[in-house]
Amino acid sequence: MRHLLYFVLPVFGLLAIWPFLTGSYGSDLVAKIMIYALLALSLELLVGSTGLVCFGQAAFFGIGAYAAILLAPGDSSAPSLWLTLLLAIGLSGAYALLVGALSLRTQGVYFIMVTLAFSQMAYYVVHDTPVGGGTDGIYMYVKPTWGWIDLDQPMHMYACIWLSLLLGYLFLNQLLSSSFGRALAGIRVNEQRMRATGFSVYPYKLAAFTLSGAIAGWAGYLFAIKDGYVNPELLSWHLSGAVLVMIILGGLGHMRGAMIGAFAFSLLQELFQSEVLFSSFSKHWHLSLGLTIMAFVGLMPKGLVAVPSQLKERLSGPKLLSSESSNLESTS
Amino acid sequence: MDIATFLIQCLNSVQYGLLLFLVASGLTLIFGIMGVINLAHGSFYMIGAYMAYALAPLVAASFGGGFFSTLFVGLLLSIVLGYVLEWAFFSFLYEREHLQQVLMTYGLILVFEELRSMLVGDDVHGVTVPDFLGGVMNLSEVMTYPIYRLFISGVCILLAIGMWLVLSKTKLGMMIRAGSVNREMVQSLGIDITLLYRLVFAMGVALAVFAGMIAAPVSSVYPGMGSSVLIICFVVVVIGGIGSIKGALLAALLIGFVDTFGKVLLPQAAGVLVYVLMALILLWRPNGLFKN
Repeated sequence: MRHLLYFVLPVFGLLAIWPFLTGSYGSDLVAKIMIYALLALSLELLVGSTGLVCFGQAAFFGIGAYAAILLAPGDSSAPSLWLTLLLAIGLSGAYALLVGALSLRTQGVYFIMVTLAFSQMAYYVVHDTPVGGGTDGIYMYVKPTWGWIDLDQPMHMYACIWLSLLLGYLFLNQLLSSSFGRALAGIRVNEQRMRATGFSVYPYKLAAFTLSGAIAGWAGYLFAIKDGYVNPELLSWHLSGAVLVMIILGGLGHMRGAMIGAFAFSLLQELFQSEVLFSSFSKHWHLSLGLTIMAFVGLMPKGLVAVPSQLKERLSGPKLLSSESSNLESTS
Repeated sequence: MDIATFLIQCLNSVQYGLLLFLVASGLTLIFGIMGVINLAHGSFYMIGAYMAYALAPLVAASFGGGFFSTLFVGLLLSIVLGYVLEWAFFSFLYEREHLQQVLMTYGLILVFEELRSMLVGDDVHGVTVPDFLGGVMNLSEVMTYPIYRLFISGVCILLAIGMWLVLSKTKLGMMIRAGSVNREMVQSLGIDITLLYRLVFAMGVALAVFAGMIAAPVSSVYPGMGSSVLIICFVVVVIGGIGSIKGALLAALLIGFVDTFGKVLLPQAAGVLVYVLMALILLWRPNGLFKN
């Protein structure tokens, strides 16, 4: 309840009225960040909640994005929103099921690299074959509609993205407090012990992986429709890496950490690129962003999400037994 | 494909594989022994290549030049760089989660790339092959092979042997291997593990920088060369088995052959072959080829 009051309502409330407060640039930027936030949530389900570090999230994102455009009918009629969305989610979920079924045989760093391998395969398929227009990418000419919803209008698009993020966030939070989510947490903390208590962990991990891929595909679908353009870079490992950085920056183990991280990372990028604030130094924004990230690692070992409790501890002196940290401790 | 072309492609494969090994061996050392997931390793390779380009005139001005003195100066600088980096940015991260290191090294990549862009610019540069290695070897009447590529292979083989000797035959190597198994135990035996890790890190950085420096004349020097080599090196490390030098050597040669021949025989699918290979190997042996 407290969480709903202090996080969900203010954050999503602000995001809802945001387009009325700013111009088209501001709402476009926030719409893009909300898509990244949805992608970050999908990865958080694997990394923070299950302890599976996936380095191939961009593939599922990209498949959703390409599906959004390739599934559109050949004539100039508008594609159906719900049908193409479901198909895009289904396709990325199906690829995730395949990748997960194979790569979950490995563990640790090997798992990271196998997921990377499968995402690179998807990358080279769209990059080197004519399926998706090769390196040039493809454009979407008519955006999907459903009833009176027309995604060609920026406000409809914004609302659709906002709703997706809200649904994704609430769904994942609910999921994590269900018995399924508890099982995932158990796997993260000690897989051996979970197995010893009679859980067959493989189906749980596979379900989480598939679900994560499907949600990433959902985010990719929104991204393609918003931009009206896709290219192979959407599947590149740079994006997988950036999303991973977002969720670590925000703080692992909390869904809101993933959201905070996505916003912090994208806004920092925007901030350091701003010529108004940094004048000629803004073209060296990589340097400022890199140094900031490094400072964050030094100062905030548990991510941005833990900053308030870190400050509280600093003010009230160290506690003898911090119950929160002992709960989160993992025995890796 | 006639026999001379085949031979040339074989030599290219070996040369590419050995070069990959040089970069990957540093990564596998840092990774296997210290447990640091170092995403900035590709940047060290990039720094090496830019050093070969930018240091040559400076060294020529102060010491009268020469290919080997440039290499030597670059190597010294890289050891200092590795030593300082470990001290400043990694020494406090060992106790933390691995993913914190990912974040740290990601920040380092951004910083190195931007510093490179500010200091040397974003242009593509060529580095000339030193005169005494500039010749070619005749394979047949029309086919020739540059001596410099053979030189690269030779140097890499020498370094591989040297590394194997240090790690398996010396006391230092013994301490390093022990440190990778149990950090606390080694520390309680009175060995300065902090210094040891710092040395391993410096050695790993030096290997990547050195590889970049000798590769510069054949691969040219360009922004983004670090990130392309990084991923392929992780592939090598993982196929070989984390921490295994022998595995890295074998995996690097395997990747060298698959990539080179893939580009000749199946140019449409060349990019994806390496990853298919990795996926197959890891599904067959989930801990790489040489992990006990």
